[in-house]
Amino acid sequence: MDLTVIWAFIIAFAVFAYVVMDGFDLGIGILFPAFTVGDERDQAMNSIAPVWDGNETWLVLGGGGLLAAFPLAYAIILPATYPLIIIMLLGLVFRGVAFEFRWRDPDHRAFWDFAFTGGSLAAAFSQGMILGALLQGVEVADRAYAGSWFDWFTPYTLLTGVGTVAGYALLGATWLIWKTEDGAQQTAYRLAKPAAIATLGLMAAVSLYTPFLDGQYWARWFEMPNILFAAQVPLLVVILTYFLFRGLQKRQEGAPFLISLGLFFLGMAGLGISMFPYIVPNQITIWDAAVPESSQIFMLVGVAITVPLILIYTGWAYWVFRGKVGSDGYH
Amino acid sequence: MFDQFDAILLARIQFAFTISFHFIFPAFSIGLASYLAVLEGLWLKTGKQVYMDLFKYWIKIFAVTFAMGVVSGIVMSYQFGTNWSVFSDKAGPVIGPLMAYEVLTAFFLEAGFLGVMLFGMNKVGKKLHFTATLMVAIGTFISAFWILSVNSWMQTPTGHEIAANGQFVPGDSWWDIVFNPSFPYRLFHTLMATYLTTAFVVGGVGAWHLLKDKTNAHARKMFSMAMWMAALVAPVQIFAGDLHGLNTLEHQPAKVMAMEGHYDSHPDGAPLILFGIPNSEEKRVDYKIEIPKLSSLILKHDLNAPLDGLDTIPDADEPPVGMVFWSFRIMVGIGFMMLGMGLWSLLARARKKLYDWPLLHRAAILTGPSGFVAVIAGWITTEVGRQPYTVYGLLRTADSVSPLDAPAVAASLIAFIIVYFAVFGIGTWYIMRLMSKVPQVGEKGVKSTESGPVRTAGIAPGPAQQDTPAFEPKRAE
Repeated sequence: MDLTVIWAFIIAFAVFAYVVMDGFDLGIGILFPAFTVGDERDQAMNSIAPVWDGNETWLVLGGGGLLAAFPLAYAIILPATYPLIIIMLLGLVFRGVAFEFRWRDPDHRAFWDFAFTGGSLAAAFSQGMILGALLQGVEVADRAYAGSWFDWFTPYTLLTGVGTVAGYALLGATWLIWKTEDGAQQTAYRLAKPAAIATLGLMAAVSLYTPFLDGQYWARWFEMPNILFAAQVPLLVVILTYFLFRGLQKRQEGAPFLISLGLFFLGMAGLGISMFPYIVPNQITIWDAAVPESSQIFMLVGVAITVPLILIYTGWAYWVFRGKVGSDGYH
Repeated sequence: MFDQFDAILLARIQFAFTISFHFIFPAFSIGLASYLAVLEGLWLKTGKQVYMDLFKYWIKIFAVTFAMGVVSGIVMSYQFGTNWSVFSDKAGPVIGPLMAYEVLTAFFLEAGFLGVMLFGMNKVGKKLHFTATLMVAIGTFISAFWILSVNSWMQTPTGHEIAANGQFVPGDSWWDIVFNPSFPYRLFHTLMATYLTTAFVVGGVGAWHLLKDKTNAHARKMFSMAMWMAALVAPVQIFAGDLHGLNTLEHQPAKVMAMEGHYDSHPDGAPLILFGIPNSEEKRVDYKIEIPKLSSLILKHDLNAPLDGLDTIPDADEPPVGMVFWSFRIMVGIGFMMLGMGLWSLLARARKKLYDWPLLHRAAILTGPSGFVAVIAGWITTEVGRQPYTVYGLLRTADSVSPLDAPAVAASLIAFIIVYFAVFGIGTWYIMRLMSKVPQVGEKGVKSTESGPVRTAGIAPGPAQQDTPAFEPKRAE
């Protein structure tokens, strides 16, 4: 396998790691108003306080990695989705400081809780729209974005935006089922089912819409021999859906979250089938955008050494804070 | 009403604004992380309660600072692509891998251990907790290493080749790229700056509480530690700054000409202009006060050495003189003021008046924030001074910008200004409120505010304080 393909998988891994890890953080932010002030909200917040910063670092790796491995794609996609990126970043500012500020200033807790939700919602929605904008295609001329600055705003991107919000809400709800108890957990169970229905409905809608977009998505999904492989994705989604609802029905605690991760993984696989080998659909392939081999090798050494270590100590940090969180923090 | 020039200028203002705001936080948190590691290490070694109290006092401030540094830092990692896409495409193969290394070796390390550092003391035990603190401190250092390597490569690019498609690509050795000529100087100078910045903040807070109660053991300890840093590091920093300046003279002479206000060449010894008003229209410094030949002595170590001026540089390649000239003087002025504070503290120690000299304490409060002004002024000097290039001598700023319409950039710039001033202004106020609280025996850690519901958790009491009631005065807030 050539280095460029390896790098495409590394970037995809970083994006996936970000989506699922910050996904449940942002999802908790999105669902936050549904939890009662006091014990429930504090449990929800405390369940991610020690890990959100690490989770968000994957976003920096996704962005920084794209610049490092595929700078041409980075240089086209970011200007093409400029307003969305800015909204996402500002949303993350509000979301991130709310973790600290709501404790520091109890008199204005209501405002920082609102900032937590608003920031999470803005970040999730714009991330979904960025994905949609990329899939529907961006105009490229002479190694640069050549469209106008509102090309990203279409019914399709609205759909992917809402879909991402629903998906993050599902991750958030199922995470809280796992990590909280009593009232907070009951609320999470109550929210998980509609979130799951919305996620699956929107996932289906996006999946049905995408092949009809301009591009070769139809061919990649429905022509032989691709369909033999591609057809497994919706099949597995159906199977996981069954187990997700069964788990929620039976009040399982850990399974719904793990199954939701599985759904996101399948979504990512579907995205890979749709896009590969393009990084900017129908315009720039991963080989067009790749850095020279010496840059790839230089970074690959770093990745090979550091990523296993990162996974180990990140896993350790999660292990330290394992179990139910309780409303007065980890104890 | 908007033309292309406006889009470039707006993008530059946006980058300058977001990076300046961002750097305030790491300038403090790099130094503070080291300080926290020292405090916890001393606590482990001596078992003295005062070190753990100070650790818990400052870690609350660290948590707020770090959160603001993280969120403003994420903005930076995307700003290259949103506003400087041509630069990103061209320089990506060289700077991208260095930035990827920063994420892999620094950001994950900091973030991975931060949770344990803030919340994990009673979960993992003392030694492992100290390891987490050390990892966070080391992470901030590694982060500085990589990002300053990137910045230094942009200032003094070496080790690259230029490919057929116009990209900068790595040459034979990454070593030449990472350790480019200005990097060691910039790294050392910046790290010392963060230590001084932190020392003066800690000193200012200590002095504030000493003025109210000169017997306060916590305030005494932090003030004394901070003033040792000032006395020891300020002279080192001035020396390092001088070396950095000589390095700049060698590689970016036009920047030094702007710093010195030398519009004209001086074939037999250049004067040091202390003050004056640079007049770029007339290409002279008005109302100047200068010391003959001193600039040649400083830069060339020879009173009569010739020094070229901006008259040897084509107008299109000159940096803006006024901003560089002024920001440089502010930075140097603060550096000497810090040295003065360090010497004064030594005198106070000699006279056994370190904790009993209100004028010294007032001066320490006044100079508390001076490090922030100095680091921002220093960055303005070096960044404005390398204009009109992004990659020095090779890629112009005007040729680096994204193909964006000016209204889009104007809108985002306004949004950044409003959000940053509001959010980080409030955050700074929270920090100052934390600083105004008197450090206590049995100080609580993060998330132990009076009305915060996690007050019972946070960081468990160490063995030395098991019997001390965890005391914090009730305050109506």
